[in-house]
Amino acid sequence: MSGTGNARTSSDWYRMLAGGRIGGPLTRQLGLPRPAQLRRYRPGQPLTDGPVLVATAGSGKLADHVLTLPEVDQVVEPDARLGALVLDATGLNTLHELSVARELLGSGVRRLRPCGRVLVLAGTPEQAGDITAAATRQALDGLIRSVAKELRDGATANLVQVSTEAAPADTDSTVRFLLSARSAYVDGQVVRVGAAGSAGGGSPDADAGSPPHTGRVVVVTGSARGIGAAIAEVFARDGATVVCLDVPTQGEALAATANRIGGLALQLDITTPDAADRLSEYVTGRLGGVDVIVHNAGITRDKLLVNMDDTRWNSVLAVNLRAQLDLNAALLAPETPLRTGGRIVSVSSTSGIAGNRGQTNYAASKAGIIGMVRALAPRAAGQGITVNAVAPGFIETEMTTAMPFGTREAGRRINSLHQGGEPVDVAETVAWLAEPGSGGVTGQVVRVCGQSLLGA
Amino acid sequence: MADRSRRAESRRAAVIGGNRIPFGRAGGHYAKASNQDMLTVALDGLVARFGLRDERLGEVAGGAVLKHSRDRDLTRESVLGSRLSPATPAYDVQQACGTGLETAVLVANKIALGQIESGIAAGVDSVSDAPVSLNDELRRVLMELNHARSLGDRLAALAKLRPGQIVPDLPRNAEPRTGLSMGEHAAITAAEWEIGRAEQDELAVASHRNLAAAYDRGFFDDLVTPYLGLSRDATLRPDASVEAMAKLKPVFGGTEGTMTAGNSTPLSDGASAVLLGSDEWARERGLPVLAHLVDAETAAVDYVHGGEGLLMAPAYAVPRLLARQGLTLRDFDFYEIHEAFASTVLATLAAWEDKGFCTERLGLDAPLGPIDRTRLNVVGSSLAAGHPFAATGGRIVATLAKQLAEKGSGRGLISICAAGGQGVVAILEAA
Repeated sequence: MSGTGNARTSSDWYRMLAGGRIGGPLTRQLGLPRPAQLRRYRPGQPLTDGPVLVATAGSGKLADHVLTLPEVDQVVEPDARLGALVLDATGLNTLHELSVARELLGSGVRRLRPCGRVLVLAGTPEQAGDITAAATRQALDGLIRSVAKELRDGATANLVQVSTEAAPADTDSTVRFLLSARSAYVDGQVVRVGAAGSAGGGSPDADAGSPPHTGRVVVVTGSARGIGAAIAEVFARDGATVVCLDVPTQGEALAATANRIGGLALQLDITTPDAADRLSEYVTGRLGGVDVIVHNAGITRDKLLVNMDDTRWNSVLAVNLRAQLDLNAALLAPETPLRTGGRIVSVSSTSGIAGNRGQTNYAASKAGIIGMVRALAPRAAGQGITVNAVAPGFIETEMTTAMPFGTREAGRRINSLHQGGEPVDVAETVAWLAEPGSGGVTGQVVRVCGQSLLGA
Repeated sequence: MADRSRRAESRRAAVIGGNRIPFGRAGGHYAKASNQDMLTVALDGLVARFGLRDERLGEVAGGAVLKHSRDRDLTRESVLGSRLSPATPAYDVQQACGTGLETAVLVANKIALGQIESGIAAGVDSVSDAPVSLNDELRRVLMELNHARSLGDRLAALAKLRPGQIVPDLPRNAEPRTGLSMGEHAAITAAEWEIGRAEQDELAVASHRNLAAAYDRGFFDDLVTPYLGLSRDATLRPDASVEAMAKLKPVFGGTEGTMTAGNSTPLSDGASAVLLGSDEWARERGLPVLAHLVDAETAAVDYVHGGEGLLMAPAYAVPRLLARQGLTLRDFDFYEIHEAFASTVLATLAAWEDKGFCTERLGLDAPLGPIDRTRLNVVGSSLAAGHPFAATGGRIVATLAKQLAEKGSGRGLISICAAGGQGVVAILEAA
């Protein structure tokens, strides 16, 4: 079986070495990268590993709200080591206030525990009242990305830009995600949250105790193995009925995945002309509709551009991009099986952002996904549907295991966490974007790359 | 009439769907897979397709024709190894190549009677992992040794050991009562009915072409789950041609024979499973109803002394079933006649068109008549897919049910011949 997040044991020999009794001091002495054992989500686990310090630079509008979240364990002892530092910078408009923010961050980061979280909430630069405010808000972007690179021991720093229309509760799912162990490999990212509207926001109320995807129907393409299987597994863990979809030739692994998570196996080649109709018919007939589609299916057919033939180009574009366009069109058509509050989440790639040698076809398809997501998001908003993408960086899968040693080691180390991510890291990010409470997050591309230097 | 009305009141079992592994060539992909491995994986594929994990079903009926002595309660053991609830009862059935369809009839009947709400009919066979038994003489010696009480008795038993006893008993594809292989029997019938070589080859080519086309249009996407690297039936030849078929040498019926490796089913390994249930059970779970199993009939013929062909029993079963249902042979949209040999299908069709056979042997007033050949095995059958004996019935039931669901109306006839001079036939109707 392929590695699927929780189940797999990492083959990262260097991380083991650097965490050992001999390798630990040695790597420290030599100034080598020191990848930490990242804290990852387990059901029942506290939101953060340690108390949360919520600070405000200027006149923030979200700090008080964050403190009302039941999972946020507020700091009581003044010198306690921190599980997370939340800085409400929504009122940040001047360079002086930026300097205050810098001080708060500096003192907080010093107290951060391993795998701690730095989360800054700010206004969007476009909605700033004046030019100085816009510049100040944008300055946070560089500040946070740099902080993320300076953090050690698996800690991460991310920035959330909150639009003026967004209600405080619209930020809840994002704040929770970025503070939790679910965002282990999301680092140095900027996420925008707008008004959730009919797409759904706020905290789950009546069923506060039940997992976020309880009762929802989720389709995950390409879920026989690897990242897709991990995505299916996380949705099932979070209460969803998961339709595991893959090409018929992957049927054996697909059935195993579906049975492991208690989901449904659907063998379907999404590039066939009637695929969209067959999928619509299936979810309507069997499940009465669908709430989330995760476009994860993807293939690579690497070749330098000069040697790229039609077959390689066409097959990659057909699976990675055209099928998504066709399925989305069908799912968003009138009488759509995708219900209000629905979610479309695509799996892009840092290759689509940064490009990659030998991957003109793959990178084109993955960049195309980003274009699709941005264009589709405002159109789908009227139906209460959000459209987002995740862009994984170096994720430990069967594919990376097959890489040459040098390429694999370079891929693992050239990010702020000095290690590859696990499929479950991508899965958790997808599941957050698809949460009922994430309606304010749309048109976003969130990298799951440990702040890789590629495509930064 | 009383019988009729009682039948009308009872409900019909729904065919919800099926799953099989691609059928493998003997000694091929599944050479190291046991019957239990294959049956378990076929059940698990069905579980994945219909979300049946941890579900307690009414029962699972399954079977195999070639069974190891260790495969006692093979089906129950497979259920225990599957993702179904271990509280699902199971039992084995064995009726040669009729096994698979017979399990469907058994489960469907219990559903129709209201004894169970759901069940799986399954079958599996492996000629690659066939039971090779201990030499019978050696077995007797060992049994005697086991029962010996004194040292003297034990030594006396051991003294009966002979080098020749090391030769094992191999399973033979021969009828115990005639010593003839099934192919040799079929060749006799083919000669009797003057079934020509060319028409057999044409039927075989059509089977390959139809099966390949069905795979290409995704027809089997929700009927087959790949296994051990095989995603389509190993014996399928999409490029089969009459010209190539014509070059093959006869393998049955001597040098003048018409039956070749091309128009006879290959020995195969595989497993199939069909999910059956009441309409209510299916509706409660959002599961589709593809078709209903209307009725079934089993017949047997005396091929030992009675002068009838070994594989001709379906020719007797079908008219009895038609009479009970008030139907004629032309009242079907699909005919699924198991292709044990091309000549078997053709001899059966010829018999139904033959006045003498229909009046003298079947006791009818007139021949049943011809069928519309464009409705015969339209998505291929055993000549192309292969024929793991007990798995064929499940393959055909699920395949026919899906054809009826695609058409949205109509009726289909299943006819399966079996060793021992038996035949199992059934009628499905679109839901």
